[in-house]
Parts: sequence; C-alpha cells; structure tokens
Amino acid sequence: MTDEPLPDLGVRPATSTSGYARGSSLPSHIGDPIVKIEGLHKYFGSNHVLRGLDLEVRQREAVMIIGRSGSGKTTLLRCINFLEEPSAGTIEVDGVRLEADPLHSRSRAFQERVRQIRLRAGMLFQEFNLFPHMSVLGNCIEAPTRVLGLPQDKAVERAEYYLEVVGLGEKRDEYPSRLSGGQKQRVAIARALCMEPKVLLFDEPTSALDPELIGEVLRVMEDLAHAGTTMIVVTHEMHFAREAADRVVFMESGVVIEQGPPEQVLDNPKHAETTHFLRRFLDQ
Amino acid sequence: MSYASGGGAHAQSQGMVDHSIVGQITAAQNAARLRFRLTFVAVWIAIIVGIGVALAAANAWDWEFALESGPVIVLQGAGITVLISVASIVGATILAILGALGRISTNPILYAIASFYVSLIRGTPLIAQIYIIYFALPQLDIVIPAIPAGILALSLNYGAYMTEIFRAGIQAVPRGQREAAGALGMRQAHIMRRIVLPQAVRIVTPAIGNEFIAMLKDSALLSTISVHETLFLAQRLGRSSFEPITALLIAAIVYWILTIVFSIFQERLEKRMARSDR
Ligand SMILES: Nc1ncnc2c1ncn2[C@@H]1O[C@H](COP(=O)(O)OP(=O)(O)OP(=O)(O)O)[C@@H](O)[C@H]1O
Ligand SMILES: [Mg+2]
Repeated sequence: MTDEPLPDLGVRPATSTSGYARGSSLPSHIGDPIVKIEGLHKYFGSNHVLRGLDLEVRQREAVMIIGRSGSGKTTLLRCINFLEEPSAGTIEVDGVRLEADPLHSRSRAFQERVRQIRLRAGMLFQEFNLFPHMSVLGNCIEAPTRVLGLPQDKAVERAEYYLEVVGLGEKRDEYPSRLSGGQKQRVAIARALCMEPKVLLFDEPTSALDPELIGEVLRVMEDLAHAGTTMIVVTHEMHFAREAADRVVFMESGVVIEQGPPEQVLDNPKHAETTHFLRRFLDQ
Repeated sequence: MSYASGGGAHAQSQGMVDHSIVGQITAAQNAARLRFRLTFVAVWIAIIVGIGVALAAANAWDWEFALESGPVIVLQGAGITVLISVASIVGATILAILGALGRISTNPILYAIASFYVSLIRGTPLIAQIYIIYFALPQLDIVIPAIPAGILALSLNYGAYMTEIFRAGIQAVPRGQREAAGALGMRQAHIMRRIVLPQAVRIVTPAIGNEFIAMLKDSALLSTISVHETLFLAQRLGRSSFEPITALLIAAIVYWILTIVFSIFQERLEKRMARSDR
C-alpha cells in the first residue's frame, strides 16, 4: 500500500534480556530500554510534585501507571516530553538525552533538543486536542508534511493507513466537531502514529469519554500494545491495565512505590500503599 | 413556546399527543410573529414618511438637486467609501495581528513596541492622526497622497483597537491546542501560523465585522483631507448648488444603507460560521 517502511506493529523477538524490573524474567517480546527517566524532580512553586522519580521503559513494552489523584502521574507524563519543564533530572528517549536545566531552557539549542524528544514521544491527551479547523486527514498530515517534510502523497498514504488501524478510514474528510468523543480520541491516536514515534504517552485517554465510548478506544490501545507499540499509559481502567500491560507502575507522592507484571502489582501488591490504593479504588 | 411544550408533555403523560392542539399553537405563534414583523415595518415607514413630510414642509429637501447630484454621491462617493474601508480593514487586521503577537510576546522589545503603538493610537483622536499623516509628514519630506494617507490613518487607528481584540482571540484558543501541536514537534512560529491564528480569526470575525461597520462611518473624517468619498462629495456638490442640507441628508442615507447592508452580510456570515461550527 505504501513503499515507506511502516513501523513494525508485529511482535518481534527481544534483543536483550538483562535487568527487567527487579530481576524478574523478561517477556520475550520486550527489547532494550528506550525511555529512561532519572532522578526526576518537579516543583510547582513550593509544591514538590515529583520527588526524584526513576523509570525505564523498554522497546515494545506497555507500561501502565496507576496512583491516586494528585500523585503526579500527569506531571510525570508531561515532563517526559517537556510540556512541563522538569525542575531537575534527566530524560532520555531513543538516545536523545536531555538534562533538566530550567535556567537555560529558553535557548534555541535546548528547545531543539526538546523537539527531538517530542518527535520520538507521541502524546495523547484527556481532551483529545484535535485541531478543529482541520479535517481528520488535515490533522493527520499537518505535522508529517510540515515537520518531517514528508511529501503530501506519502503523508496521505500514511494517514490513511493509520486511520485504518484505528478503524476510522471512512472518516478522513470529516471535521472533528462531527465525531464522537471515542472517534476523536482514535483520530488523535492516528495523528500521533502518523509521526511514527518510538513511544506513545497516554494521559487518561478515556477519562473524558462517556462510558459507552470507552471500549472502542481501549480496544485500539490494546491492539497497539499487543502489536508491540511501546507505550506509557496513565489510566484508572484497571481491567484494561490487567489485559494490556506488560508492567504496572504504582506511583505515590511523586515516586514509584511498586512495579511489576499486572498480576503481581494488582493481585499481590507488596506494599501497603498499593494495597490501600487498590482497595479504595475497588470500593468506589 | 413553553406553552406548546408543556401541552405536549401533558398530552404525552396521558399516553397520546393531541396533534390538532399542537398545530393550532404553531399557527397562532406564526401569526403572532407575522403581526410583529408587519408592525415593525409599518412603524419604520411611518417614521420615515414623517421625517420626509417635515423636511418638505421646511423646504429642506430639493428633489431637483437630489436627482441630479444624488447618483454622483451614491456611485462615486459610496464606491470610494467602501473601497477605503475594505483596504483599511485589511491593513488594520494585519497590524492587529502583528500588534497582538507583540502584546503576547515574551520578548521585551516586541512587547514594548506593540504596547507603545496601542497606547499612542488609542490615546489620540483619529482626526489628529489623519492630520498628522497628511499635513505634518510632508514637513519631513514624506508626502503621501490623500487616499493612501487616509487608508494608512484608518489602518493604524483601527489596527490599535483590533490589537486587543486579536490578543483576546489568540488567548481564547485553548491551551491544549498549542500543547498538542508542540507535542507533534511543531515549532512556535508554525503553531502560531497554522494552529492558533486560524482559530483566533474565527473567534474574532464577528468583532472584525463590527469594526468594519464603524470604519465605514469614520471614513467620513477623510473628507477633511479632500478624499473624494461620500461626505466630501456631498459637501462640495451641496455648496456649489446651494443645497447643503439635501446633500448632507443624501450622504447620511448612503452611510446608513451601507451599514444596514453590511450588517445583514455580517449576520449571514456569522450564522454560516456557527452552522459549520468548527
Ligand atoms: N500547572 C500546575 N500548576 C500548579 N500545580 C500543578 C500544576 N499541575 C499539577 N499541579 C499539582 O501537582 C500535583 C500533581 O498533579 P498531577 O496532575 O500530576 O496528578 P495526577 O496524578 O495526574 O492526578 P489525577 O489522577 O487527578 O489526574 C497536584 O497537587 C496538582 O495540584
Ligand atoms: Mg492526571
């Protein structure tokens, strides 16, 4: 359908097996670390939201972040691609390494490195943030043509491919205002995929959706996860986390408290805070 | 309306809808609406006829002059008025976008220039700005013909007021739009040009329409620097044929009709934008 090499959405064998979370055995499809977060701190004024957080995510790994409201999940995700400026710490995405430097972050060189990270980390928002003045196709080809410099026809082919992946091929000429919330979020996913990032960051992608529309978005995400897309997902959908996650990360007060395979963290948590959170969560 | 829906709900609660009642209410509402419109038109005609009779009684209106010079004022004068206003609203929009970008800039120099521009222009009378551009600049060996000078003055003046409109419009574009664009790797200039400004323009379009209608009338000030627009022609023709009142009345009617026409046009445009609702 296209001579551009499309990203491998199929499962490939792992290239390394060393050092997966706490020495537990590494699932065979998981690859080398591609996102590294080291000593991440974030202050909002005097509010110390992220407190020296470390996290590594490997190729083709689906990591789900859970934790109570205000624990800093959104802030963490936004710090990864510098939508929020980290106060200290280092972010590395696909070999692009950037140490937080709030005093000099306005410089051209710094902003260019931020952009290099953003090109490698696609972001999905709670409120979708589609561009309302552009058609679905326009949304999907704007950045590929004008940022990556892809020729128009290649970008359109690519967009059609990914719209098909999210099941919205026939909506390419619609405007966002005529789509349901679930369709909007799926277009947003296609738009992010069109940049062929190394990792997708999802911040509660279904929390703004009517209950009956949540499933269609989670299904797309689950397909992507099973096809080997690297993703970091902040979610409150525990069932989804159990199904789609390679690893669940529990955050509390700006640090990672506990992480591991979903059945371990969700069913046999080792830490009291995790147990407490899960119990409160299930009570709701 | 509320009566109709109340009646419907009542009928439905009994498990049926009395269609004849609904039909009667709709018919009654339509009749009331028609009566309102007819009364509206009648009152306007009555007032206009009243004014006409009063003018005729006072011998203020001269048909001979009106038929002879009226067409010149309407065709030539109104043409120039519309031309100048269109050119000036385009100029003002460009200045307003630049001004707004300056006003939201984190660069202190750009911010200072834009703020100075807005402050100076909003702090001085339009008529003074027109005189300065047309009469004072030639002292500095900058000579600008009347029409370009007038367009420049109106553009500068309206651009300053519209700067604040555009600034508000840009800030009304949700922050998530910039963030999503930034997350796709777009640079600041690209985000502004392709994502924020197109949405801001939609937001401020009704306000630009209002500014344009105000400008149609303010362009009459250019008669003072001999721009051959509506009021200037009316005054000149009125003076030379000793019918100044008739001439002024014709000019007033021309402005009035122009504003009505563009108001209708603007209303249509707004409705269409609301319908497409992007
Ligand atoms: N832009 C901001 N300015 C100031 N404080 C902020 C800002 N964003 C977040 N915070 C604060 O940082 C803390 C963590 O917020 P964050 O949104 O990261 O939590 P979260 O884990 O995503 O919560 P939720 O589950 O409710 O989305 C909160 O105390 C919040 O008030
Ligand atoms: Mg959040």
